[in-house]
This record gives sequence, C-alpha cells and structure tokens, in this order.
Amino acid sequence: MSGFGGFGGFVLRRGIGTILTLFAISVIVYVVFYVTPGDVAQITCGPRCSPAQVHQVAQQLRLDEPLYVRYWHFVEGLVAGQDYSTGTSVEHCPAPCLGLSYQSDQQVTRLILTKLPVSLSLVLGAMVVWLILGVGTGVLSAWRRGRLTERVLTAVTLAGTATPVFVIGLILMIVVCGELELLPFPQYVNLTDDPEQWAWNLLLPWLSLALIEAASFARLTRSSMLETLAEDHIRTFRAYGVGERSIIGRHALRGAFAPVIALNANNFGSAVGGAVLTETLFGLPGIGQELVHAVNVVDLPVVVGMVLVIGFFVVLANAVADVLYAVADRRVVLA
Amino acid sequence: MSLVEVTDLTVEFGALRAVDGLSFRLAEGAALGLVGESGSGKSTVASALLGLHRGTGAAVGGSVRVAGTDVQAASDEELRRLRGGRAAMVFQDPLSSLDPYYAIGDQIAEVYRVHTRVSRRTARARAVQVLDRVGIPDPVRRSRSRPHEFSGGMRQRALIAMALACEPDLLIADEPTTALDVTVQAQILDLLHALREDTGMGLLLVTHDVGVAAESVDEVLVMRHGRLVEHGPVEAVLAAPAQPYTRELLGAVPRVEARRAVGHGSPGQDAGGSQPDGPRPAAEPSGEVVLEARGLRREFGRGKRAFAAVDGVSLTVHRGETLGVVGESGSGKTTLGRMLVGLLEPTAGEVRYEGRVSSGVNPTVQMVFQDPVSSLNPRRSVGESIADPLRARVRGVRGKDEARIRGRVTELLERVGLEAAHYDRYPHEFSGGQRPRVGIARALAADPRVIVCDEPVSALDVTTQAQVVALLGELQRELGLALVFVAHDLAVVRQVSDRVAVMRRGRVVEEGPADEVYESPRDPYTRQLLAAVPALDPAVAARRRAERRQPALA
Repeated sequence: MSGFGGFGGFVLRRGIGTILTLFAISVIVYVVFYVTPGDVAQITCGPRCSPAQVHQVAQQLRLDEPLYVRYWHFVEGLVAGQDYSTGTSVEHCPAPCLGLSYQSDQQVTRLILTKLPVSLSLVLGAMVVWLILGVGTGVLSAWRRGRLTERVLTAVTLAGTATPVFVIGLILMIVVCGELELLPFPQYVNLTDDPEQWAWNLLLPWLSLALIEAASFARLTRSSMLETLAEDHIRTFRAYGVGERSIIGRHALRGAFAPVIALNANNFGSAVGGAVLTETLFGLPGIGQELVHAVNVVDLPVVVGMVLVIGFFVVLANAVADVLYAVADRRVVLA
Repeated sequence: MSLVEVTDLTVEFGALRAVDGLSFRLAEGAALGLVGESGSGKSTVASALLGLHRGTGAAVGGSVRVAGTDVQAASDEELRRLRGGRAAMVFQDPLSSLDPYYAIGDQIAEVYRVHTRVSRRTARARAVQVLDRVGIPDPVRRSRSRPHEFSGGMRQRALIAMALACEPDLLIADEPTTALDVTVQAQILDLLHALREDTGMGLLLVTHDVGVAAESVDEVLVMRHGRLVEHGPVEAVLAAPAQPYTRELLGAVPRVEARRAVGHGSPGQDAGGSQPDGPRPAAEPSGEVVLEARGLRREFGRGKRAFAAVDGVSLTVHRGETLGVVGESGSGKTTLGRMLVGLLEPTAGEVRYEGRVSSGVNPTVQMVFQDPVSSLNPRRSVGESIADPLRARVRGVRGKDEARIRGRVTELLERVGLEAAHYDRYPHEFSGGQRPRVGIARALAADPRVIVCDEPVSALDVTTQAQVVALLGELQRELGLALVFVAHDLAVVRQVSDRVAVMRRGRVVEEGPADEVYESPRDPYTRQLLAAVPALDPAVAARRRAERRQPALA
C-alpha cells in the first residue's frame, strides 16, 4: 500500500544515488593512487627495465599526464568506449570501458566479466547457507532461552565468529577431501558448463564462508527475537492462549526480519569483493583475489573497475534490503 | 459458583511482595473494579487470574479459581484453554498490544483458531463479525489494516473485539482507557457497558482512575501496597469511604465540577486535608501582560503532506496568573507550548514577551516537561543539570562561583521539596513523585517570569498530582510567576487555572475565565469534552451515559 506508492520514484532516486556514489568512489580511488608513493611505470615494467623503457611505459600508460586529464579519459571510455593502440594493432574497447590493465593489457570490463560469476557463485550460495544456518540457530536459541541448548549454541556461534575462515576451510578440506575422500579438492567449474560439478565443487567454499557469517546472524536473530519476546504484543498472545510455537515462529521471528535483512545486505555486498581468504584457500579466481593482486602491482584500471563493481553490489544489496523492509513492515515508507 | 474466586493470593517478585494476602470473589456477570495507585499490585492481580506469572520467576501463593479452572494447579494446556477462551484480557496500550506486522483481522482470527478448530476462512469471518460488534466501521476492509493504520480508540476496540471472539465469561480490562482521550474513553467505557448488557459476561476492571471505575462497575476493591484496603458496592465506597486511605485517595481526585478553591486547598484537599498549602496565588493576577501570542501558526511537513499543528492561535498570559490550555491528543497544545518557550519557531505569527517580539529561547520563559527525568541527561547528576542555566549566565566559572552555584542549586532543590543530598543523585534514582520536582527546580534555576508546564502531572498518581499542583501554586504566589498549564485532563486544568483555552485541531475553540468555560461552555466541542469526563458518582455516570446514547440514536 503506502510502501509501493512511490516505487518508481524510489528506484529513480536510488539509481541517481548509486551513480553519484560510484562517481565519488572512482574519484577517491584515482586520487588515492595518485598520491600513493612508488613509481607505477617502474613497477609495471618490471625490475629489470632500463630508464628509457620505464619512460616509454609511462608514456604509454599516460602516467605523465595530469590527474584530471587521466580521469577525463577514464570517464570518456566509460561513456563512449575507447580505442587503444597496443603497439602493433588497435583494440576497440566498447562502452562501458574501464580501461586496460597495466599488467596484462586485458580489457578490465572483460576481466571483471570473467571474475564476477565466480564471486557471485561463491557469495550467493554461501548466503543461502548462512541464512538457513544463522537464522535457524538464532531461532533455536531464542526458543530454548536460558536452557542448556542455548548455552551450547551461544558457545558454538562465538567460536564460529572467532575462528578465521582459513582454519575452518582447511579443516573441512583436510577432513572431507583428504581423510574421508567424500569430495575431490575443489576447483572452480562454470555453472553453465556443468551445474552439478559447479555445486559439488563450491560446497566446501560455501560452508566455510557461511559458517563464519552464520555466527553473526545467529546472534542477531536471537537478540532481536528476545527483544520482540519482551514486547507487549507477545504478552497479548500469551494471554490469549496462543502456543509457544506460534509465538516464536509467527510473532517473534517476524521482529527479527528487518535487522536480518539489513545485516544480510551489508554482508552480501562486502563478501562479493571481500571473500579473499575463501577464494584464495579454495583457488577460486574471483573478484577479491584479483583485487588484492591488482593493488599489489598498482594496476589502477583494474582496481578502479573492481572497486566500482563491488560498490555497485553494496548499493544494490542495500536497495533490495530497503524494498524488502517495506514489504515486511508496512509502516516503512520508501524514500 | 463464583466466576472468580481469589483466596489469600500473594505474588512475590524476588524480595518484593507485590500482592499480599488478597481475597475476593466475583459472581457470574458481575463487574468489579480494582482501584489503586501505581505499585499497588492491581495489575499483578489481573495477570495472576490468567496465570501469566507462570514461568516468569514470580512466586505465586494462595489460590485462584477462574471460571472453574484452578489457575495454580492447571496444566499448561488447561491454562491455554482458559486464556482467551473463558477469560480474556484487554490491555492498556492498544498500539503495543497488537503485533505491528499482521493485519488486525488475522490476529483476531489466530486467537479464535487457538480455541476453536475452525478453518481460516471461518475464523476470518468471525474476526470481521466481532470487529463489527465493537463498532469498527467497514469491518471487512478494516480487518485487513495493520494496527498503525488505526487510531488509538479503534485499536482499543480491536483489542476488545479480540477478547470477544471466543465469547468469554470474564473480561479482564487492565487500564483499558488510560492511553485514550477523554471523549474516546467515554466511548470505550460505553462499549464495555453495552457488551456486558448483551453478553452477560463478568468484568474485572483494573484502573487508577476512580472516575472510570464509578462509570463501569458494581463493586470496587481499593488496593494499596498489595493489600486490600476496602471492598464494597461502588456507591457506598465512593460516597462514604470507611477507610482513611480511601478518603485520602478520593480527596485527591480533581473534580471537574468543583470550582477552584481560592486561597487554600487544592482539589479535594478539604476532604483529604493533607496539604497545608494550596495552589492558589493569594494576590490577584495583575493586568500586566507578560507573554502574548499573536496569530501563531506552525506547520509540519512539506508540500501535500504539510499540516498545521497550530493554526492561528492568539493568547495572552498575565503576570501571576495561570492559563490552562486543554485539549485532546493531536490538538496542538504541546506544539503551542513549545512555541511559547521558543523551542519551535512559528511558521507564522509572533510571540511577544513583555511587549517585545521575542524569537529563539528566552531564559525568562521556562518549560517543565511531562517526564522531567527523560528530559535530563541520564549520565549527569541532577544537581549538575539544574546548574546548567546558572553556568550559562556566568562566563568562565571559577572556584568561588562554583560554590555559589552549588549553594543556589541546593536552595532550589529545597525550595521544591527535595533535599540538598539529592544534588549528586542521578535522574533514575528519583521516585515518580520527586521527578516533577526536579523538572520544576531546573526551570526555576533560570529565574523565569513564565513557566510553561507541558502535562506536568499526567503520569502521576492522584495524591502525588495534588502535591505537585500545590507546589506550583505556592511558587506562583511567592515568585509572581505566570503559568501556562498544558494538559489533557479537564479536571486538573480547572483546579489550577484562572483562565482556560480549549484547543481542537490546532485552534482555540473557546477561551475565558475557568469557571465560565466549565460551567457554561459555549462551544459544542467544549460541551462534548465535559460530558465525557467520568463522574465520581455512579448515579451521575449512568445518567450521563444515557445522555451520550441519545444523540447517537438521534
């Protein structure tokens, strides 16, 4: 009702906001890299390059031009596309062109398109697992509050938060793939190539990423359910003989909905680019791994491109969360 | 057999004994009012009737039988059948007592299905039926609304509908009208009365408001500190209370029909006789105007959503007089009060202080807030908070000034009936009766000429209320203060005010000397308000109810 009155307006406002946010992010990344010490041309060319070669690379990468000119080229490429000469041939980079990697001369847009499915496969799958696991644990500990079950679950989730992903991941790999030989050691398979193998190979990465995240969802679900359970309307339903199962599952859980959506939006967005440890551990060629590499070698176009993609997903996840909020709670008006 | 049989009930929360050896009976179809001040244990009794203390850690002793169920001995299953099925409870705050996420019809249907094995569709139909019964217009459509889409009165009706769904033998109403405006309160009480006539169910009404009890029940039971003080037919107890506490309680109740006692005694203190000082200034208000509002208007929101909370209000406040501003919730009285103090900029119009246009906060016009404690910083001692206005006036506080400030704050604390030792206490350490005093001391620190009191006594018990009203009167007389007393309670306003302004939807509908407005109201809205005030005399209450019913039929 009221929540959808301005849905079109909401999308429009959010769209404009997203573009402005991404614009600001790109400017910041450019400036940060500009002021960062270190000779980009030297790093790009390699340690054994002569000063003349380094100078040539600097010219080729337009490193000798002022910052605003380089940024302008970047925006131009994004909007209209760009042609790059790679010594012998001219390569056309269609809009939205994020430039060429300093390191590999590969188009950043293409690079992202090959990395993104890996990251999304990992994070979306893990999200399903962490939601089921986290919310389930939270509901269980809210229901059995004050009893042994809750104390055990609290300890387990605390341990889950405290254990780094590579420890859990390693243990899982050693036990499941090494000792029990239930699964082969994971390697990434494209969803489009073989969906079954895709899922089997991602199972362990999903689990290890989700176990860490699930802990915070469990605690959030538990605490917001306990908060709801202390509210007056719960007393009303108790006073009308509504059973504990309905009170927990129908009324208290509903109160945990909004905070869980908000946390999920955050964690999803940041995991797209931030699941570096998991990606590295399981050899998944995703965004996070690529980003770390690009930062190390000061590959500005790749860094900017990746950061923008991550930023886009964070903003998108939050916008989806806002819509879900309004659907879940009719008192919320989208604005 | 009695509908309710409570024998020697005790309820203990840890070391606190909330109910102490209470016994009473309620016959089928009878109505009993549990009356007492806050902390008297009346709500605890109501919860005990449904066994709501089970599993909360409270120790319940004695025996409770409700509609044939031994609440203490019953199994969880038996207790669930009793709750809502044979005895249903209506709670105080209808907004927080309903689940904000579900449609009202669904919530009623859910409760109905707990007690009857019927289909969802049948349960929904029943929900619509009971919503219709309690007077919700267009019940089919409104049953799909969520609680926040209902007004306060409609929410309370919806809660009553939920109680009616399973046709219980007993309705337990815990302060069912406390959160409501007086006109809405009258409608809800009339509804409860009509439902009892129709269904023959028994009623246990828990209330702090003697007037509400007088309107609704046959018998009253007065409680204090968890014990029974007096129990008898409502006419007898109210007309000729046997116990001193009952007399004191009744004496403190402000009466809307009584003229303000000039020079001595606050409302009913002639009966109670506990207060030596009255609220009344000995000196007649002078003609000098200290505060004046001209054409004040305040809008909130922009564009299509803009609405005027205050719309063209002009008022004058004279030195040493009390102007009462009375109105229901949403009438704009608080917005007006804030503009008078300068906390809100008017959209149009002006506030003049001693003839000069004043804008922004003016130290000589102070405010006392409804809950003074939540309007103080919880992390600073009360003394420090009171000292703030003093510090604001002295630049670069030195050691010498520090001692003077402390001395002045101590003086203020003692002036409002607190002690010097309270300087270092924190807001939460003050009792309900002390809290408004803290707020008054803070307001006095700035040496004001005018104090705007926004609902200063609405959260207080009647006896405390009378004391605070007396204190305000005393201060007014001593310091020649002008008071603007903003409140929803018509009786209290009459007891403190020289002149009264009645507000409705942002406008002043009637203004004049208090006795004139109350005794011969010109505006129909004022008349409606006055007719809705619960009468302390059950006979008068019955007559008024009949009168209220007349226009509804016509």
